[in-house]
Amino acid sequence: MRHKTFFWFFLPTAAAMFLFIAMPIVSVLIQSVFTPHEAVLKEVETCTPLVGCTTETTIDQEATSALREAKPLGRFVGLDIYLDRGHLAVAEVAEIWRNSDSLGAFFDRLGNLPFYRAMGFTLTFTFLVTPLVILFGLMVALAVNAVHARLKGLVIFFSLLPFVITPLIGALVLFWMIDSRGIIGSAVQWLANDPGLSLKASSGMVWIALIVYGVWHAAPFAFVIFYAGLQTLPKDQVEAAQIDGATRWQQVRYVVVPHLMPLVTFVALIQLMDNFRVFEPIVGFNASAHATSLSWAIFNDLGGETRQLSSAAATSVMTIIGVAILLSPVLVRTWRDFKGKT
Amino acid sequence: MLLKRIMAAGAVSVLASSTAMACEIGARVSIVGNEFPAIQTVGANAQKCTGAEVKTNLTADHQKINLPGMQGTPAEYTSAIIANSSIVALMNEDVIRPLDDLVAKYGQDLQPTQLIKIDGKIMAIAFMANAQHLMYRKDILEQIDAEPPKTYEEMLATAKIIREQGIMENPIGGAYAAGWNLAQEFNNMFIGYGGEFFEPGTAKPTVNSEAGVNALNMMKALSEYMNPDFLTHDSNATNAEYRAGNVALLNMWGSRAATQTTTDGVTEEVKNGHAIAGPMTVGGGSIPASTLWWDGWTVAKNISDEEAEATFIAMMNGIRPELMTDEEVRTQAVWLIKGYQPSDAAVGVFEAAKMGTTPYPMLPYMGLMHTALGNELGDFMQGKESAEQALADVEAAYIAAAKEKGFLQ
Repeated sequence: MRHKTFFWFFLPTAAAMFLFIAMPIVSVLIQSVFTPHEAVLKEVETCTPLVGCTTETTIDQEATSALREAKPLGRFVGLDIYLDRGHLAVAEVAEIWRNSDSLGAFFDRLGNLPFYRAMGFTLTFTFLVTPLVILFGLMVALAVNAVHARLKGLVIFFSLLPFVITPLIGALVLFWMIDSRGIIGSAVQWLANDPGLSLKASSGMVWIALIVYGVWHAAPFAFVIFYAGLQTLPKDQVEAAQIDGATRWQQVRYVVVPHLMPLVTFVALIQLMDNFRVFEPIVGFNASAHATSLSWAIFNDLGGETRQLSSAAATSVMTIIGVAILLSPVLVRTWRDFKGKT
Repeated sequence: MLLKRIMAAGAVSVLASSTAMACEIGARVSIVGNEFPAIQTVGANAQKCTGAEVKTNLTADHQKINLPGMQGTPAEYTSAIIANSSIVALMNEDVIRPLDDLVAKYGQDLQPTQLIKIDGKIMAIAFMANAQHLMYRKDILEQIDAEPPKTYEEMLATAKIIREQGIMENPIGGAYAAGWNLAQEFNNMFIGYGGEFFEPGTAKPTVNSEAGVNALNMMKALSEYMNPDFLTHDSNATNAEYRAGNVALLNMWGSRAATQTTTDGVTEEVKNGHAIAGPMTVGGGSIPASTLWWDGWTVAKNISDEEAEATFIAMMNGIRPELMTDEEVRTQAVWLIKGYQPSDAAVGVFEAAKMGTTPYPMLPYMGLMHTALGNELGDFMQGKESAEQALADVEAAYIAAAKEKGFLQ
């Protein structure tokens, strides 16, 4: 394609990407290095029902509004927010490092800081759910592919259901099932013969439940992609393998999987991104006491009675950086392929 | 269209027994607020006004949208229905206007106690009060021959007997869900032990104190008698446990008292055994381990005077004294409106006021403290760290947030 044609062809996309991707990222970056002005406080008399009048502290709006008008963006603080306790917690980590006698104690106390606690769960979730989703997706795709043609439609419909259900609703369904009075919760109590056992009260169990949910929800996505890929599998190759006496497992291992490999990369890419931003199950499971993620931290910053915009912005930027790091191996490979072609 | 019809039908049914008064307004009104029966009544009655459009957006997520919706010029929302905790966020950003002139002009029906005065200016009109207090099963207490507990220590002792006699495995209920609820229960207990959140006049935190440690230890002791899933139980889940007959004693919101036994699925035993008392004290203190709340409405600053006037008139129509003659409306809340006759369900909140319960702190930085408590206390409740460590974490998390917001240097 000629450069000029390409330019006009690409312009609408570029404009949309600039408006809806580049601009918000720039806006978030700016918000993350500015914070609100120092609050000017004053004591005032406050009168409320059933209590009467008391002296309370409040913000001096006249003094503050002058500050705000002079500098509407707030105070420039550089990377302070990124380095504070709510994020990278540089000073706290250094202190923990000095005061810990073993690596175990170090990591244990690191988990007490919100960012590292969130990363601990997020990375575990990402690196367990992604391969499991690919594995289960492939298994379901192979199984459905082998089903009699007349049943296929029905089986595909039911296999897709977990992906069709709104994530929050799906999470709530599982959440109620594992309740100590829910069907799975009661079953586990009965199996373990311990009526006090609660899946929701143990961090390990909650992590497992969240990971099971993650796999349950996303496996149909991998299934659909792989199933579509299976339809393009050349029949003659499979037949050749069968004539050579390959078992079913060998056919899958040496014919099917290599054929689907580009799709595996694609699914892995999307899943790494999605799982790194794990959010809905944590909210649906009310699991914030046991597991948090960066997305949950952003939600929490913005959902409190006093919104912490700068903190949420900094976490957002760190999420973007985290996704970029996770995807870098694949991106580097794509770049090499591109260079190889020219 | 259908939605409009449903909303209209809802408004009519609420008002079925009271006569609609003429209410004329000359400019748009847009209301944002929380979602529970009393507030829905206020919203529906504000919508009775004619002459201009009255929109309402009542949702549990109101706190996430009211501030952004009032910061523009003109503001999207001309009125926000808030409580004493959430008015602070609106005051901090200076998006609500003083109401003194409008009260003088249209506020004849208001009682002096309804006027929320900050620094001499009326900033909000309160219409209902709320507090957490004891709800209990009198049939269970009669069975073990015990009085309703007046202190948390008695609550523990009563719970022990109930468990030992095999009546209930987990007789105490509590909204201990990690986050806002858990923090609120800490606030109650901390105040009960005489704790102060901040050094007076400053934003310096003082929760890592003897009162803080005592409060946490009491909460831990109570949680031993709760459903083991307590860290995921908010008010709704706690009430569900109570309604199902699994819980005999709980500290619960007064605003939930009226509907506690009227929902579907409440067992006959719970219906007949349900009883209400005032809040409990703790650690030999005289101030109840609870907080006093009010709900009220505000008028946006960034709107025209005509819109402010229309909003005030419409909101006044939402809380007019005639509504108090409607039995269904009357029992929905502990109203502060003229002519309100308290129902049986209001006993707990009035008792709380009589006992001198402290109001929830209306400090610009209390929201940050609440968030920090909600995030950091879960580890202690699970037994993963000591009370001192948890409270040190709370202070550290709060200080980071307060520095960001400019409350601490």
